[in-house]
Amino acid sequence: MALRTYAILYLIFLYAPIVLLPIFAFNDGTIIAFPLQGFTTQWFEELWTTTALHDAVGNSIFIAVLTAIFSTLLGMLTARAGAMANFPGKGGIIGFIMLPLVLPEIIVAVSLLVMLRQVLDMDLSNWTVIAAHTLMSTPFSVAILNGAFQSLDPAMEEAAMDLGENRWSAFRLVILPLVMPGIISSMLIAFTISLDEFIIAFFLTGANPTMPVYIWGLLRFPAKLPVVMALGTILVTLSIVLLSMAEYFRRRGLRRAGVEDPGGFI
Amino acid sequence: MTADDRSALIELRAVHKWYGDYHALRGIDLKIRSGEFFSLLGPSGCGKTTLLRTIAGFEPISDGVMYLDGRNVAGVAPNHRPTNMVFQSYAIFPHLSVAENVGFGLRRDKRSKEEKARAVGEALEMVGLAGYGARPSHALSGGQRQRVALARALILKPKVLLLDEPLSALDKKMREQMQVELMKLQREVGITFILVTHDQEEALVMSDRIAVMFEGEIGQLGDPESLYRRPNSARVAEFIGMMNFLPGSVSGTTVEMPGLGRAEVAAEQLTSGSFTGPARIGIRPETLSLLFDGEPDRGRVAPGMVDEVVYYGDMTYYDVRLDGVPEPVRISMKNLIGRPVLDVGTPCRVTWDEQALVVLPAA
Ligand SMILES: Nc1ncnc2c1ncn2[C@@H]1O[C@H](COP(=O)(O)OP(=O)(O)O)[C@@H](O)[C@H]1O
Ligand SMILES: [Mg+2]
Repeated sequence: MALRTYAILYLIFLYAPIVLLPIFAFNDGTIIAFPLQGFTTQWFEELWTTTALHDAVGNSIFIAVLTAIFSTLLGMLTARAGAMANFPGKGGIIGFIMLPLVLPEIIVAVSLLVMLRQVLDMDLSNWTVIAAHTLMSTPFSVAILNGAFQSLDPAMEEAAMDLGENRWSAFRLVILPLVMPGIISSMLIAFTISLDEFIIAFFLTGANPTMPVYIWGLLRFPAKLPVVMALGTILVTLSIVLLSMAEYFRRRGLRRAGVEDPGGFI
Repeated sequence: MTADDRSALIELRAVHKWYGDYHALRGIDLKIRSGEFFSLLGPSGCGKTTLLRTIAGFEPISDGVMYLDGRNVAGVAPNHRPTNMVFQSYAIFPHLSVAENVGFGLRRDKRSKEEKARAVGEALEMVGLAGYGARPSHALSGGQRQRVALARALILKPKVLLLDEPLSALDKKMREQMQVELMKLQREVGITFILVTHDQEEALVMSDRIAVMFEGEIGQLGDPESLYRRPNSARVAEFIGMMNFLPGSVSGTTVEMPGLGRAEVAAEQLTSGSFTGPARIGIRPETLSLLFDGEPDRGRVAPGMVDEVVYYGDMTYYDVRLDGVPEPVRISMKNLIGRPVLDVGTPCRVTWDEQALVVLPAA
């Protein structure tokens, strides 16, 4: 009973601010305060006509898509190595790959900035953000894909090879279809992480801001606050949809492999 | 070259397998003939699967040579060996239909689509799954998965079919049915089957020949009857069926036993070779009989007392204390009409036959 009360209070604490987003996004007033002024879709219309925002969204999507691809590829390599072979130092290596999960982002951002600018003398661009976002989202991809690869019966690949396939074709014909739900789930999560990420993008972005960085810029103009609320509403909705899809694919993957769900990752 | 050598389809010479510093196969010498139903029998962990996987090509051997169909297969990948495997887990591809599973190995085949479809149909019919082709494979029962795995392996017409404990996941009834079906299938297709099992009854029922393995070595190799009647070691005797052991001694072919006295045996009954001195003398429970009124003795009779009775319906197992024998011996008796089931504590007479003795050196 006490536990349930705690859980409910926790959820209210967690989600109350998010509920405010759509409320003020449709509120007909520039000041973010109760009482509400009436219903409008004006802020959403304003979003539609701001070209600077469109550029930022375009940047963000470009970065998020490539981050999703890179981190999923790296995740697959790691998960497969982890599931297949036992090699010296395996535990330590996996530990290091998972480390960005717990490192403070601001530290990662600052050290990456120093590294890229001072040591490598590179120009900041979308690509530097992609590299950093890949670093941040790879642990999530590894976690998801580890589940997908480890729930695979190792005899599946051997059976394919026994029936005439080589390593690569066995992977393509049997392993890949079976872990595909995990791959999709990993791409969706990495995409979402990259799309929402602010601190690293703020430090490493080049001339073209990503969407979160652009939003941060808007905050200096109080009149723009409702627009930010409208944008936030869209983002939250999109994140929820993408994460639900990711979870759906993750579960479907486990079902396909014929294993009990060992508990959700999300 | 003898006739036996020529028909050896598989030959292993001094094959060793190391996993790191674990010695999993310790010098396996083995010839398996063409068309034979061969079993690898042994307790869990003795290396049966390892041996099967080296033949399939999934594990490289660490030392020794292996010939498949006259060819040294060192370094030959599984897809280039004339073997196919039925995995313990069956490894049915869950994202493919039954027909797609069965036809998987035909992907690189040059035949037309229609011919391949016909081959798949025939393979399914052979394993009793005609008409199941369009079904999704993840909805199959254990027995059906096993049949799909069989059809999938046999469609490639391998020279050798390798089966790793294929029946262990099935319930008892299904298992017994599949034993018969597998034997029939093997006779039908004439392909060499190598079956891995830890179930001695399964091996006895199904095999032409059996290799009994312990700790990475072959303890004894032979047909089911010779393994059962003439085990060459106590552990083979105890692994296959039940065996009473009496302490005694041997000199030449003369055996001396407490309680049972002196007996003459044939040289072949000294199954691990002839020797003189202390011996363990093995007698199967069904070669000892309680003597009921009016039944003929088999030349030799020893007095004793019933110590324990286990009634099985068709059979009764008695533990009998023989005068002068330290441990009770187990005797199995058919419950024939008119034969009473004796109570614990009843004095009784036991008859036995020297031809049934197996003489081994004392441990
Ligand atoms: N890949 C492996 N790495 C290390 N040890 C192994 C490996 N495969 C099997 N073994 C060991 O080799 C021994 C024999 O295994 P296995 O052939 O599977 O036995 P069986 O099939 O007779 O039960 C076991 O002790 C097992 O732990
Ligand atoms: Mg095994």
